[in-house]
Amino acid sequence: MAKVEYCGSVVDVASSVSVLDALLAHGHEIPHGCRAGACQSCLMQATQGCVPEAAQDGLKSTLKAQNYFLACRCQAATDLVVQLPQASAVRFSATVIERELLAEDVMALHLRSDAPIDYRAGQYMTLWRDERLGRSYSLASVPSLDAHLTFHVKRAPGGVMSGWIHDRLRTGETLQLQGPVGSCFYVPETADQNLLLAGTGTGLAPLYGIARDALHAGHRGDIHLFHGALDTAGLYLVDALRRLEARYSNFHYHPSVLRSPAQLPEGVQVGAIDRLISTTAPELTGWKVFLCGAPDLVAQLRKRIFLAGAHSADIYADAFFSAAPPPS
Amino acid sequence: MASLYERLGGEAAVNQAVEIFYRKVLSDDRVQHFFDDVDMERQIAKQKAFLTMVFGGPSHYSGKDMREGHQHLVARGLNDSHVDAIVELLSETLQELGAGESDIREMATIANSVRDDVLNR
Repeated sequence: MAKVEYCGSVVDVASSVSVLDALLAHGHEIPHGCRAGACQSCLMQATQGCVPEAAQDGLKSTLKAQNYFLACRCQAATDLVVQLPQASAVRFSATVIERELLAEDVMALHLRSDAPIDYRAGQYMTLWRDERLGRSYSLASVPSLDAHLTFHVKRAPGGVMSGWIHDRLRTGETLQLQGPVGSCFYVPETADQNLLLAGTGTGLAPLYGIARDALHAGHRGDIHLFHGALDTAGLYLVDALRRLEARYSNFHYHPSVLRSPAQLPEGVQVGAIDRLISTTAPELTGWKVFLCGAPDLVAQLRKRIFLAGAHSADIYADAFFSAAPPPS
Repeated sequence: MASLYERLGGEAAVNQAVEIFYRKVLSDDRVQHFFDDVDMERQIAKQKAFLTMVFGGPSHYSGKDMREGHQHLVARGLNDSHVDAIVELLSETLQELGAGESDIREMATIANSVRDDVLNR
């Protein structure tokens, strides 16, 4: 008989009963669906204890690494402390160390958090201006390489938060952070797997972090990073990415624009990012893929890449929604 | 005697089959528009539950679930010809996984047994 703690109450779970059924029987409201390990709506996270392997079957490796599990498939052999996903999200303050304009309308915001943050390159956090106004931004920094947390903030048309960050927020001032969340990050389990990283706009932020994280971890497979922008003004970190390319023979940077300028800079292609990917890497069986950017583009790319042979569980997508999620 | 689900290879076979089946569905002009969900992860989870059922595995979908789950598709024109196409793609999937003729027929029988619920009649 194992003990499972949830929201401060301890439930005895017989070995023949799932954690889901035990929690439901005690009146806890846990989201659930098929009860067959398929729909994943009963996803939970263990903050203490060891989750049985069978309860993580079908989950992405990034979720497994964070002790997420399916409550309906979990027959607890040992004591556990569990929670619903993201219930641990709390806010803490961070100080602005530097503001750096990367492109006409993209600012790199470098922050030092007051408390140490355990994050992975590619995850995202919510930045709060005050109690009520918060927006999610992806981390572009890598814990093992960068001293500070870095976010790329694009000035959105009429954007209250991005406008405040671009025009009002000063070095030395503080704001509140929440997170990190997201499962779009590198796991050094298969160093020989080819990686495809594709994104538009500030979708580059997490991809830049993931690429550097993988290269720093000694990734041996090829890494192709596709960055698409409307025009050349939207391409940024070009020099830094070219330097990475010069330093690592397995890293390939593919910048592209939709609108052809009068004079096209060397190495920049014109065209839709999905077409350029299809041309450069038409066959993606066995690849691991990271997609970041506008939701429509991410959904479209994801389907194309799946049809090009990538396994669905190897496609990590992070859709950037322009509206903020409701404050929790 | 082992059940169809066990003979096919259980959950591991479902995980393999869903990759093949969903690629077929998305590439098939007859049915792809019914599967054009922007949320691919949710769509794949649904496919897994569906394949588990038609493979005779542990599934908790009732006739009522099947009806409610497809109501909006019937409103968009889902009919027998589409169900036929799905059964065909399922059979091809099992063939690729090396299943025998009789197992494929047994799967098709299960798939056809929910036809009326799926089509809400």
